[in-house]
This record gives sequence, C-alpha cells and structure tokens, in this order.
Amino acid sequence: MAYVIHSRSLSRHITGKSLFASLMLFIVLWMLTTSAHAAVLPEDRSDVMYHAYSGDGVSIDGPSFLLRKKVGNHVSFSANYYVDTVSGASIDVRATASPYEEQRKETSVGVDYLNEKTLLSSGYTNSSENDFEANSVFVSVKQDFFGDLSTVALNWSKGWDEVGVRGDESFAEEADRQKFGFGWTQVLTKSLIMGFSAEHISDEGYLNNPYRSIRFRDADSDRGFRFTRESYPTTRSSNAYSINANYYLPYRAALYADARVYSDSWGIDANNFKLGYIHPIGGWTIDVFARHYSQESADFYSDLFERENEFNFMARDKEMSSYSGITAGLHVSYEWQFSQTAMFKKSSIHVEYDYMQFDYDNFRDVTVADAAAGEEPLFSFSANVLKIYASIWY
Amino acid sequence: MKKPITSLLQFTIVCASLALGGCTSTVNEFGESVSNFKLEPWVKPYERSNLADPIMAVGRNPIALTYAKHVHESREGARGASGSAGGGCGCN
Repeated sequence: MAYVIHSRSLSRHITGKSLFASLMLFIVLWMLTTSAHAAVLPEDRSDVMYHAYSGDGVSIDGPSFLLRKKVGNHVSFSANYYVDTVSGASIDVRATASPYEEQRKETSVGVDYLNEKTLLSSGYTNSSENDFEANSVFVSVKQDFFGDLSTVALNWSKGWDEVGVRGDESFAEEADRQKFGFGWTQVLTKSLIMGFSAEHISDEGYLNNPYRSIRFRDADSDRGFRFTRESYPTTRSSNAYSINANYYLPYRAALYADARVYSDSWGIDANNFKLGYIHPIGGWTIDVFARHYSQESADFYSDLFERENEFNFMARDKEMSSYSGITAGLHVSYEWQFSQTAMFKKSSIHVEYDYMQFDYDNFRDVTVADAAAGEEPLFSFSANVLKIYASIWY
Repeated sequence: MKKPITSLLQFTIVCASLALGGCTSTVNEFGESVSNFKLEPWVKPYERSNLADPIMAVGRNPIALTYAKHVHESREGARGASGSAGGGCGCN
C-alpha cells in the first residue's frame, strides 16, 4: 500500500509542477504580445468581525480584525488578527477522549506593490495553539492586460507546521507544505465575468491529526472493538481546479456560481458547486446562496479495521471518509455612503448566517452503545455559522 | 503513451502560438504584410458600468471570505483553488 501511494504521489507531483511551469511559460508569451493596462491597489478599509460556529458538540468563536492602508500610490499594507476559541468535543473526540478548551491565534501581515500593470503581493502568517504552531509565507503576481478584460495571477506559498500533543511534552513532529496556484479572470460580456483557478499543494511530514484514532475489531473488548492512533502517509499532493462566474442581471442584481473538482494522492476525489443571488434594495444588500460538497474516502480509510496493524496506513478521521454536505446562507448588509472628501468614505454592517449539514456514507456513530460493532447508525450533523462584522473605508 | 510533460509542452506551444495575436498574415498588392486577424478587447471602457458595481466583486468582503474558506477547509477533505485571480473587471 505504501508503494502505491508513494508512486501515485510522485506522478501527480511531477504533473502538477509541469503544469505550473507550462502555464507560466504560456502567460509570459501571452503578456509579451498584448497591451497591458493598470492594475489597482486594494481599497483602504478596516473590518471588525465576531464569528461563531456551533455544530457536532463543538463551539468555536472569536474576533477578527483586518486593516488595509495605502502608503503613496504604489504600496498597500495589510494586517489581520484572528482568534478561534474552541470548546466542546466533536464525534471523533467524544468516542475516545474528554471535552477540551483551547485557543488559536492567527496573525497575518502583507504588502502589495503596484507597478503600472503589475501587482506584486507578499505576506506572512503565524498560527499558534498550545499544541500546534504554523508559519507560512506567500508571494503572488497579478497582471491585468487585454484592455483590462483579463487578469492572470500566479501564487506560491510555503508553510512549516510544528505538531504537538497536549499532555505529552515528548511528542514533537513537523510538516512542510508548498502551494502553486494559477488564476485567470476574464470579462466575457458587459454583464458576465468568469474565472478559472488551479492549485497544486504538496505536503511532507507528520500529516495525521494526533488526536484522531482508528478502531479495529477486538473480540476480547466489551464492545467488540478498540481504538489506536491513526497512521498516515508522510506525503500528500493534491490538484484542484475551479471555475466561477458572476452575471449582472437586467435589473440591479447578480447571480454568481462556482464549481471545483479535486483529487489527491490519498485517493480523495471531491467536488463542490455553489449558486448565489445578490439583490440590493436601497442601502441594503441581500445575498442568498446554496453550496453542495461531496467526496470519496481516502484509500486507507475504514470505519472499522479487522485488526490493529492491518495496513501500513490507516485512518478513521471523518474528513477522510465518503460524505456529502450542503450549506445554505443568508447574508444581509447595510451600507452608508459619505462624502468622498470626508475622512471616512463609507461604512457598512453585515450579519451573515450559514446553515451546514453533513451526511456520512461510511463513518458510523460509535457513541451509540447498544449497536453491534460496525452496525452503528451512520453519522450526520448540522452546524450553524454566524458572522457579524462592520467595515469602514477611508 | 506520451509522457504528461511532453503533452503539456505541446499544449503550451499551441496556446502560445494562438496567443501571439492572430499571427497569420498576408501580403497585399503593395507588398506589405497585412494581418488577417487581430483580437481586440470586445467590451469597451464605457460599457463596464455593470461590471463595476460592487455586487459583481468576487472578494468584496475579504474578512468574511477568509473565514468561510477556513470553515470549509476544516470540515472538508478537499483544499485549494477556492479563490479566483480577482480584478479583471476593467473598471479602473
């Protein structure tokens, strides 16, 4: 099994890098032959948000702050501070451990540099928990051309994770991650804009969640099974391709949609589709959408293994299983416009609610104690996501 | 079977040739080379008011977009290509 996974990983890795190199070559040739026009820096704005997620026995909430400010006509700086306060226990934790509380703090800084037709961006992010530390950097270049009807973007990022375990000071693992992205946005008509994105991601190192367990049959235990720590491959490479479209309707409203296909060297194949509608009424804007997601399980996933060391790689993380999910959202905002000569140009408040429902095809609810091993009901859960934020432009 | 890298290189060359802006040409009666085809922007700047409307902006609220991406990546096995190149409305 290890050989199969590694050979597939290598093949997709080469293909992903070759694709990226080919696309870069194509873009350079294209840009050399077309007249380019000016890109723009992001707007100066500040946002303050409270976010809350509640589902599957877990509550996550906290604040987020985003600041953007230009310095001169060529440079814009950004900073984001984000906090997740997690409490409770998901089904994976309820089956094997006790509820917990922890906090994740994420800090990002970035800079954009505009040089006539080209926008160069770079940034650094640190995410810190008591048992996990992640650092990453990114660089991207974006170019408008063809009378500003086309935009291409190339992105690269690199990340370094340090993985620990609460209560086990001796546990220290690392993982590295690299991402290559390509994007193309194209104005097609006076009312239609479409985009295409491709991203290759490769990981190497300790890729498990150390708190997740597999279960295997054990005739000697009370319930006929026991748990032990998961074992994942130390490499993973994935390719994702997406398209999106925004269409301005004959009256002042817009339809938007996106679709993505995904596959990786662990055998996970996934796709998702989203359709939304935005309708302004005076200063109000109403945005409703529905999104569907589905995936096939990883090659080394099983809800119940036959024995403890049945394979080299074994997973029972529910995010590795086959399942589908829907999200339905209702977002409402109100905007105030001020004078363009005033210190503050405009401001807005937003209340955004999303309902999520996930149904698993081969992940069973082992907290149902009176069922035979492997015959428990399939797991499902719903979640409520709330975002309340205020924005101000200056 | 062709190697993927060979096929991709051929694909790139074909695309680049097309991108060279209708590079076919003919010679007119005066002996001058005349291009038969020129691809030009088909939506003029004065036709872009719909595209410039904020409701058409993909990333109009970046703080919410980043959070939504985080929620999905936490609950789903798939990752990547969840954004677009942005820009491109030709409104500025």
